Amino acid sequence: MNSALIVILAFLLISLYFGIRARQGKQMNLEQWTIGGRSFGTLFVFILSAGEIYTTFTFLGGSGWAYGKGGPALYILWYGSLAYALSYWLLPAVWRYAKKHQLLSQSDFFTKKYNSPALGVLVSIIGIVAMVPYLVLQLKGLGSIVNIASYGSISSGTAIWIGVIAVAVYTTISGVHGVAWTSVIKDTLVLLVVIFLGIYFPIHYFGGFSDMFHAIDQAKPGFLALPDQGMSVYWFISTVLLTALGFYTWPHTFGAILTAKNEKVFRRNAVVFPLYQLILLFVFFVGFAAILTVKPALEGAEVDNALLELSVQSFPHWFVGVIGAAGLLCALVPGSMLLMTSSTMISKNLYKVFKPSASDAQVSNLAKYLVPIVALISLYFTFKGGQTIVALLLMGYSMVTQFFPAIVFSFLKRNPITKVGAFAGIVVGELVVAYTTVTNQTVATLLPFMPQAVQDLNVGIVAMILNLIVTFVVSAFTKKKAAQKELVA
Amino acid sequence: MRFVLAALPFLALIIGMFFANRTEPYVLGMPFIMFWTVLWVVLTSVIMFIVFKTDPANKEGNAE
Repeated sequence: MNSALIVILAFLLISLYFGIRARQGKQMNLEQWTIGGRSFGTLFVFILSAGEIYTTFTFLGGSGWAYGKGGPALYILWYGSLAYALSYWLLPAVWRYAKKHQLLSQSDFFTKKYNSPALGVLVSIIGIVAMVPYLVLQLKGLGSIVNIASYGSISSGTAIWIGVIAVAVYTTISGVHGVAWTSVIKDTLVLLVVIFLGIYFPIHYFGGFSDMFHAIDQAKPGFLALPDQGMSVYWFISTVLLTALGFYTWPHTFGAILTAKNEKVFRRNAVVFPLYQLILLFVFFVGFAAILTVKPALEGAEVDNALLELSVQSFPHWFVGVIGAAGLLCALVPGSMLLMTSSTMISKNLYKVFKPSASDAQVSNLAKYLVPIVALISLYFTFKGGQTIVALLLMGYSMVTQFFPAIVFSFLKRNPITKVGAFAGIVVGELVVAYTTVTNQTVATLLPFMPQAVQDLNVGIVAMILNLIVTFVVSAFTKKKAAQKELVA
Repeated sequence: MRFVLAALPFLALIIGMFFANRTEPYVLGMPFIMFWTVLWVVLTSVIMFIVFKTDPANKEGNAE
């Protein structure tokens, strides 16, 4: 057993210990288990949110984007800050409504706002279909992180099994309290590791940041800015705006909002979170540093390993172990939140709807028992998923983004959207997302006669526009009908 | 007023990116587009701080 592996295992055990211990002294009904009894203060909500926002995708994908695509990677920094600015007004409104009606999940929100259990079921199913592949992504990331960081002494498959068992255990036992406590360890470790790497690599290999960027610019002219076509400025702006809308529409991110004890928590966090985003800048620095230093150059899906490969190339075993542990936690923490949210939604928003006689205790217990089951299903897809799971993964973010209009417009004094309108709009949005993803369409292939600027727009815009049109047309129509019915009666 | 402030980062993206999409000049060792991005991440925090301080909703005594 090498020292890297010992360090990784040690961090896994510490997290498991804190994850389980988090339960202490709590009566675990569903409200306590899934949203911490609405008791978290500013710091805990911050850590929980940071814990689930900064995933293996941020860690590996962020450096992979900088390594493979260059300038366009900066979009990740933009959409976060813009979403946080929006959060100042959006999250307190969501929280207030959820508190007033004792809501426990995003599906509860739709059910109550639109007075429609059918809409709640639709949103649950879409949410689960989006979340399970996201969980699979975390598990695959976990596998490659531990495999590379242990110098191949643990196979990716074994690592995934061990990780999943750990997550399922503490999530079942402690719910969101376990997630929050493991988040504390994760965010501290990730912050330290990423900032160190982001400063060390450019200085060690290039003598400084300016030297590094000049060297890259010389080797690959134009790589650090946005290209004229494809990932152009138009692509950049449309992608940032679209991604910012989807930021809080993930069911598990939505769930984390409900853990807060008051609405001021969100306003405070909206001040700090943009700055915290800068952690991504250091992730990018690592990716850029890898461009001229990792030999042989990485290609295709391998670019996501840029950070790990450069680390293995540069550091002693034990420190690679620390980096591996940070990566492992980046998979476990969001993984546990995804598991918990999926289980809560299956139990409360699907099972309970079809079997209304189920007691609260039954629903609560079922949610906990579902954690290992959902974990096993994700394992199956991780090992046997193939192309379907890849397609679902690409769709996940666009799928949940389709919830945005129905959430935001519901806060207007007179909601212009009816439940039928919301239902139809979301369904059409999802169908367009599925069609464009599966057939690999872009705006350029859909509308080849348009100018280049329009062709470069993120294809998600098409789904969002059609969603909005259908939502408002159907709403206008169903509203008129409802008014007529009232007149007749 | 607070909404106008919060709209600035959006304008920095939607209008600013057309001008900021360039490597030269380097600022703080970073290509200009990266500096512009970092600048606005930091300014977003500053703006949200001003919004927070001037928002009467935060004056109520719901201290933690």
